[in-house]
Amino acid sequence: MKTVLVVGGTSDVGRAVALAYATAGWCVQLAGRDGPGLEREAADIATRTGMAVTTHRIDILDTDAFPAFADTLPALPDTVVSVVGLLGEQARAETDPVHATTVMRSNFEGPALLLGLFAERFLARGHGTLVGVSSVAGERGRASNYVYGAAKAGFTAFLSGLRNRVAKRGLHVVTVKPGFIRTRMTAGMKLPARLTAEPQAVGDAIFRAAETRPRDVIYVKPVWALVMAIIRALPETIFKRTKL
Amino acid sequence: MSVELSGWGRYPVAATDLLQPASAQAAAAMVAGRTGAIARGNGRAYGDAAIGEETTVSLLGLGRMRAFDPATGWLTVEAGVTLAEIVAAFLPRGFFPAVVPGTQFVTVGGMIAADVHGKNHHRDGGFGDHVAALDLMLPDGTRLSCSREQNAELFHATIGGMGLTGYILAATIRLIPVETGWIRQRTLVAETVADTVRLLDAAQDATYSVAWIDGLARGAALGRSLVYLGEHATRAALGGAQVPYRFGPAAKAGPGVPFDLPALTLNRLSVAAFNEAYFRLGAAKAGPERLVGWRPYFFPLDGVADWNRIYGRNGFVQYQFVLPAARSADLLPDLLDRIAQRGSASFLAVLKRLGRGGGLLSFPFEGHTLALDMKMEPGLLAFLAECDRLVAAAGGRLYLAKDARQTRSTFEAGYPGLARFRDIRRRYGLEGRLASRLSRRIGL
Repeated sequence: MKTVLVVGGTSDVGRAVALAYATAGWCVQLAGRDGPGLEREAADIATRTGMAVTTHRIDILDTDAFPAFADTLPALPDTVVSVVGLLGEQARAETDPVHATTVMRSNFEGPALLLGLFAERFLARGHGTLVGVSSVAGERGRASNYVYGAAKAGFTAFLSGLRNRVAKRGLHVVTVKPGFIRTRMTAGMKLPARLTAEPQAVGDAIFRAAETRPRDVIYVKPVWALVMAIIRALPETIFKRTKL
Repeated sequence: MSVELSGWGRYPVAATDLLQPASAQAAAAMVAGRTGAIARGNGRAYGDAAIGEETTVSLLGLGRMRAFDPATGWLTVEAGVTLAEIVAAFLPRGFFPAVVPGTQFVTVGGMIAADVHGKNHHRDGGFGDHVAALDLMLPDGTRLSCSREQNAELFHATIGGMGLTGYILAATIRLIPVETGWIRQRTLVAETVADTVRLLDAAQDATYSVAWIDGLARGAALGRSLVYLGEHATRAALGGAQVPYRFGPAAKAGPGVPFDLPALTLNRLSVAAFNEAYFRLGAAKAGPERLVGWRPYFFPLDGVADWNRIYGRNGFVQYQFVLPAARSADLLPDLLDRIAQRGSASFLAVLKRLGRGGGLLSFPFEGHTLALDMKMEPGLLAFLAECDRLVAAAGGRLYLAKDARQTRSTFEAGYPGLARFRDIRRRYGLEGRLASRLSRRIGL
């Protein structure tokens, strides 16, 4: 039986990813910071699917603890999915370096180092799949969220480079750019319906891209490829005058 | 956040604060200090039962399952889990809820609060009869485990208690083993209302029974119906076509109702034509047993998304009452005749035999229940008030989960457990803290 490790398992997307894998008959290792929250999601997934689900504590900012975390997992997973992220508050990040640092480390440093660590173990074993949930916000820095966007851009570049390095050695690396998702993180925001995905759609799309119809980079809603192509194509002299 | 809310019937619409906690802990923090509050599930109560007097607490965020024991069939889930999720997770593993209402888009908390009944009430009781334990939160945040042994009084008041005894956070409910997702259905044709009642009474041994009455037929055909009896099909009963789909055919997305139909669509002629066609098609299938999938059998209207929009933007009310078994034969023809004469645009009326009630305020008792939809239009409320008088005089009662308009006196006449219910509310300090538009209207 195959095993997936989902890091960020108490988020709406993490839960959806874990559910998609368990529904397909995978064992699940659910990891995150919130112990009681993890137990609640693990019981839910195990009850719904009948699959074994274990829970594991990890703080994505505590990078020194990553090797010990990986060592204590009951088995080296076949797939690792990182859905960790922190939107933060752009306005606060502009003047509060501590907050800005937390946003950058949560979206880039932590997830990149963790997937990098599993990449080494997967290479030693000879196979494995790594999935990083990045963001369309990483494709071009915008006034409204460039601290978050820059960190996601770094993560996207890291995944791209990692893929380039390990592709010929049996590892599969997937970059996911979900666009808007209806979650607790976006609760209360006005989201355009055509550009907004439900968490379960994201979970199912990740499972497909990682396991059934391998892809390197996916947008959950294809319309985002077009939207971002246009945003990337705008010359900087025009872009800097827009309000985005 | 203040919003306008209505029930499934889209009448009445009322303003309320809406809280949406994501967990039990969050719910406790949010409801602290609130008054006039009521829990809400998936909004399938027809009238104003799940609209808070001041505050409405959506428990859809409490949507996690906790544990399942395949040896006993007991499933523990949070209150916001829907019946659809339970069926999707457990039917493929050979389990089905012991009692289901006519839609699967209801939550476990809502099913307990309304003590919903299914086509097997005469045999198996209501949903509440298959609840082993409840995790109940009082408005001050206190959490109580309730069962038939522990806090038993509160347990019995909560089943059918319309959310007025506390917030149901989680429950342990019974699933029954089934071999397939198919129902062996037998259709009987009843030419009159007396026939219908007789056929239902004679079918007490059938697991499921229900009659679909032509609510517009008059004269000699008054109360004509198709009586459907059903049993869970065993694996051996499946024919070649069903074998690859042991747990029923895959779901097809049915047609939806994209906008409110103009009032003209539903008139006496179109409904009469529909009922005539329905009756003939059904009657043609009478006789030999047929295999029917679980979706069309239990949840026929779930296939039509947003079917409540059929009745136009003014909404509709569902009128559902139960009459004592001894009085049904006298009174049903009179009530059906009034309804047919008025020509209220009700597609089909549903008549069922009910068994013994469960909770203190549970709707069912030994008798016959009739349910029909009526478009909200001028004169309807006065007409139904007249029907109420007949129902109340005969010792009947109206279903609170469907109610949007009965008066306090009709309610008080029909629910003798009310005094004890009020007493329990007083002793636990719930009066004023928990209140819905329904409870305020009928003085609960």
